[in-house]
Amino acid sequence: MKNFAYARAQDADTAVQLITQNQNAKFLSGGTNLVDLMRENIEQPDHLIDVTGLPLAQVEELPGGGVSIGALVRNSHLAANQIIRERYPVLSQAILMGASAQIRNMATTGGNLMQRTRCYYFYDTDARCNKREPGTGCDALEGFNRIHAILGASDDCIATHPSDMCVALAALDATVHVTGTGVERTIPIVEFHRLPEDTPQIDTNLQPDELITSVELPALPFARNSMYRKVRDRASYAFALVSVAAALEVEDGTIKNVRLALGGVAHKPWRATEAEKVLTGAKADEEIFKRAAAEELKAARGYKHNSFKIELAERTIVSVLKTLASEGGAR
Amino acid sequence: MSARIVKPGAIGQPFSRVDGRLKVTGKATFAAEYKVENVAHGALVFSQIARGKIKNIETSAARNAPGVILVLTHENAPEMKKTPVFGSDSEEMGAASSSILYLNTDEVYFNGQPVAVVVAETLEQAEHAATLVAVEYEEKQAKLILQAEKPDAVLPEHIPGEPSDLKQGDAEGALAEALYKVDNIYTTPPFNHNAIELHATLAEWSEDEKSLTVYDSTQYVIGVQEMLAKKFSLRKENVRVIGSFVGGGFGGKGNAWAHVSLTVAAAKVVKRPVKLVLSREGVHLSVGGRTPTEQRVALAANDVGKLTALIHTGFTQTTEHNNFAEQFTFPARHLYKSENIWLRQEMVHLDIVPNTFMRAPGESPGTFALESAIDELAHEMGIDPIELRARNEPDRDPVKDLPFSMRNIKEAYRVGAEMFGWSKRHAAPRTMRDGRFLIGCGVATAFYPAYQFPAAARVEIHADGTAIAQSAMHEMGMGSATAQAQNLADELGLSFEQVRFEYGDSNFPYAPVAGGSNSTISVGAAVKAACDDAKKKIHGLVGEDDASPLKGTRFDEVEFREGGIYRRDDATKGETFHAILRRFEEDKIEGEGEAAPGAESEKYSMGSYGALFCEVRVDEETGEVRVSRFLGVYDCGKIINPKTASSQWRGGITMGIGMALTEEALFDVRKGRIVNPSLAEYHLPVNLDVPNIEIHFLDIPDPLTPMGAHGVGEIGITGVAAAVANAVFNATGKRIRDLPITLDKLL
Ligand SMILES: Cc1cc2nc3c(=O)[nH]c(=O)nc-3n(C[C@H](O)[C@H](O)[C@H](O)COP(=O)(O)OP(=O)(O)OC[C@H]3O[C@@H](n4cnc5c(N)ncnc54)[C@H](O)[C@@H]3O)c2cc1C
Repeated sequence: MKNFAYARAQDADTAVQLITQNQNAKFLSGGTNLVDLMRENIEQPDHLIDVTGLPLAQVEELPGGGVSIGALVRNSHLAANQIIRERYPVLSQAILMGASAQIRNMATTGGNLMQRTRCYYFYDTDARCNKREPGTGCDALEGFNRIHAILGASDDCIATHPSDMCVALAALDATVHVTGTGVERTIPIVEFHRLPEDTPQIDTNLQPDELITSVELPALPFARNSMYRKVRDRASYAFALVSVAAALEVEDGTIKNVRLALGGVAHKPWRATEAEKVLTGAKADEEIFKRAAAEELKAARGYKHNSFKIELAERTIVSVLKTLASEGGAR
Repeated sequence: MSARIVKPGAIGQPFSRVDGRLKVTGKATFAAEYKVENVAHGALVFSQIARGKIKNIETSAARNAPGVILVLTHENAPEMKKTPVFGSDSEEMGAASSSILYLNTDEVYFNGQPVAVVVAETLEQAEHAATLVAVEYEEKQAKLILQAEKPDAVLPEHIPGEPSDLKQGDAEGALAEALYKVDNIYTTPPFNHNAIELHATLAEWSEDEKSLTVYDSTQYVIGVQEMLAKKFSLRKENVRVIGSFVGGGFGGKGNAWAHVSLTVAAAKVVKRPVKLVLSREGVHLSVGGRTPTEQRVALAANDVGKLTALIHTGFTQTTEHNNFAEQFTFPARHLYKSENIWLRQEMVHLDIVPNTFMRAPGESPGTFALESAIDELAHEMGIDPIELRARNEPDRDPVKDLPFSMRNIKEAYRVGAEMFGWSKRHAAPRTMRDGRFLIGCGVATAFYPAYQFPAAARVEIHADGTAIAQSAMHEMGMGSATAQAQNLADELGLSFEQVRFEYGDSNFPYAPVAGGSNSTISVGAAVKAACDDAKKKIHGLVGEDDASPLKGTRFDEVEFREGGIYRRDDATKGETFHAILRRFEEDKIEGEGEAAPGAESEKYSMGSYGALFCEVRVDEETGEVRVSRFLGVYDCGKIINPKTASSQWRGGITMGIGMALTEEALFDVRKGRIVNPSLAEYHLPVNLDVPNIEIHFLDIPDPLTPMGAHGVGEIGITGVAAAVANAVFNATGKRIRDLPITLDKLL
């Protein structure tokens, strides 16, 4: 690991100040991703600004029924939060299906949003990787790409975003609150992460001097009928090959409201808007679920080892919607 | 004869591991944890190409980095002599994993070959400086693909002790004419070692550079001692190798990998102790794993299900510099009777990290193919797979034509079927389900040979009535030290609490590598010999002593029990060790002994067996497979310690579940690099992947082995992948012949 300077910020303004003042600086939260990447010599910051002392560790109800999640709320706290479990079960489930208990105890909301891909070639400093070293090429294109993207990839990068939490946030229409040098702004979750295009080194639309302060969930009463399904190579402690976050409201057999997002398939959590269009207002049955899934995956493209993800994603969407339709119908 | 209560011996009792408490309280000292003054830290630089020459190695940036003491490369490394490669054809001893002269050559033989060692004041400094070493290569065409090199495959002279091509009758002819047959190719991927303890070496030279102490995470202290003595031209007795605790070996620490001699070389140059711990990635790159296999199994049967042909052939990969065969045809040599047999193993030479032992090398991939094929034939014929096995149970070893020393497979299946509820299984695939989960059950046979190797031990009986035995054996978590303490207690007639077993130090009498599941038997026999020696010495004292009630007795007229020596025919006549030693004013009696396998091993076929039962649940929508029940019934002779033995089997089965469902080293053939060298991406089974594993053992002693026992370390993994694959077939109707059984293969 390369030597670095370390500073601790006690408030957001200082944190932003420190990051603007120092060259090649990074925020440090739980460290479960950043420290790993530093040990692997992939991230080599000269300065770390520890933000874990910032007063941003609360989950708060907002007037109007929404919820604000502080950037420093630990993943395990968020998953265990009673309001989240009741009103947004998809989020609680997504977090609990990620990583391990120990990692979730350290990991924060902000850090989870900013975690980097698990592409093998991103991790191997001897490999070519446009995300790690722009312009070098992409060894995943012709290499092992079983875990890679089937939607929205480019010839420069076929990596996926590994987060489970973010897939649930995408389904829930969350907004990310950030603060930069003197400016605060909000970014809708679907615009927070980027597709790779020809600049895969940039994961998100967060500016280098911006700090995530919170994530806001809108009031979404029907999200009580929501769930997360993660399909993976072992029962726990593995990233998603495909995951589905969904919330569904069925009234008199007709789909009144639906939110659907996919994980493990793209450079960002994939909000399935095409499928949602097919579903909204339609009769809730297996056939429409299949049609919706197929519609969403029309644009999908498989590579040497990951074509199975297309069918897997379709099947998982159908399975989740079926489950929600029968459970929601029962309520 | 006076009546007395015979206390049950220590053997057969479920003692907890003697090292257990030390481990859970953090008091067990592993190689990297020895406190040595003034220690410097080493880190390796790995080659980035698979084959070629180093044109230039630029070390100035690394040398100038903070804390750096030395950058050792082929340009400045001391000479390290070529030593015999372990596990290859060499008859000579030694632990070298390959004949590559690491850092004494500019040749690169595999991607991940250590090409430099950086030594610094701290680990972080060494690791950082290692990234600053820039190597320029002259690349050569590398051979990296097993399939592509098959035309140049070689037939090894032998695969440990057995012919690599063996024909009885005309198997192909019988196959062609057979009424029933299956003929398929089975493939297993490369597997890498992932013991929890990373490989570590800590080397300390004496000031005069004539002697050397090395703390090493090894399964073979004596082999490492031999190797280092030869490499550095030292007298063997001046090299001491200590490996008291090893945090899992599984074969990955049976050889000495490059870092061992490189650490010693670095310590010599910097004139300070050097410690080098491989990173997890370093283990994947520079420590070999299990070769992938491509196996053909063809079975032919007549109308009553008797085998008329058994063909098991195929390929594994290795290198020119280690030549290690993975004997996957071993199970087929012993498990089934067949009129015609053809077994053949070829090896392909590639430019890769040398392959090596991994728990049941050979038997583990071999049983996957063979035991899957038997299941396929059973399905084909509509015969229960247990019944089909029974119909082909040999009464003598099929290829050696020798009697079995012990063999109770049928009994294991009978007991297992009852425990598991096998009769409730539906034979037709896809007929058991629970909601969206398809349920399936499968069986397979476990097999591992019973090996004994030469070993030596010494024992001391102390005046306070306690005893210690020593042998350069290894404790890698298998329970060996506990089992030997039980053996020692029974041999001397002491209680378990009165004895201690010391191991893991080359200063102790010779013990072989902890491999081939031989330790318990090999060392057990040596301990017995040493105890006999000590007992004779004690009897020699009292048998001629007027003051002893045993005066005039012959050795066969006495027995050793309850801390003393007594007449067999009169239990009141005798005395304690304590009394004897006090009278003779001695503080201890010593005994030494050696043991080697007897002639029985030539006259009998000696193996261990198991009947495995597995239930899986397969998510019909996503193809995810989870093992929901597993039962292993083992026939491994007398069980010295039911608790530690059961842990061995459970661990083996867990590893087998990984082999079946999740594990695979992803080897990128473009550069010859493993791309998933981490515990996050190399998928070992986690707790949630492992169900409650039920274990039962028959406990029928082998009349021909020491203690009636067999080793139990390796058999646990054998057959497991087949049991899982067979259960998956029963659940889904899909036969997966290519491991691991990942969900994409079931969609
Ligand atoms: C072995 C392993 C398995 C895992 N498995 C899963 C899994 O299955 N599913 C899953 O979803 N995740 C998984 N994870 C990833 C885990 O969720 C992330 O590591 C974690 O969420 C990161 O949070 P952190 O607080 O530790 O971030 P850090 O490591 O501290 O930081 C990560 C990044 O976020 C930036 N950052 C942190 N806080 C802020 C902020 N407030 N504003 C702006 N930038 C910020 C940092 O600068 C850094 O670039 C796994 C991790 C490991 C190590």
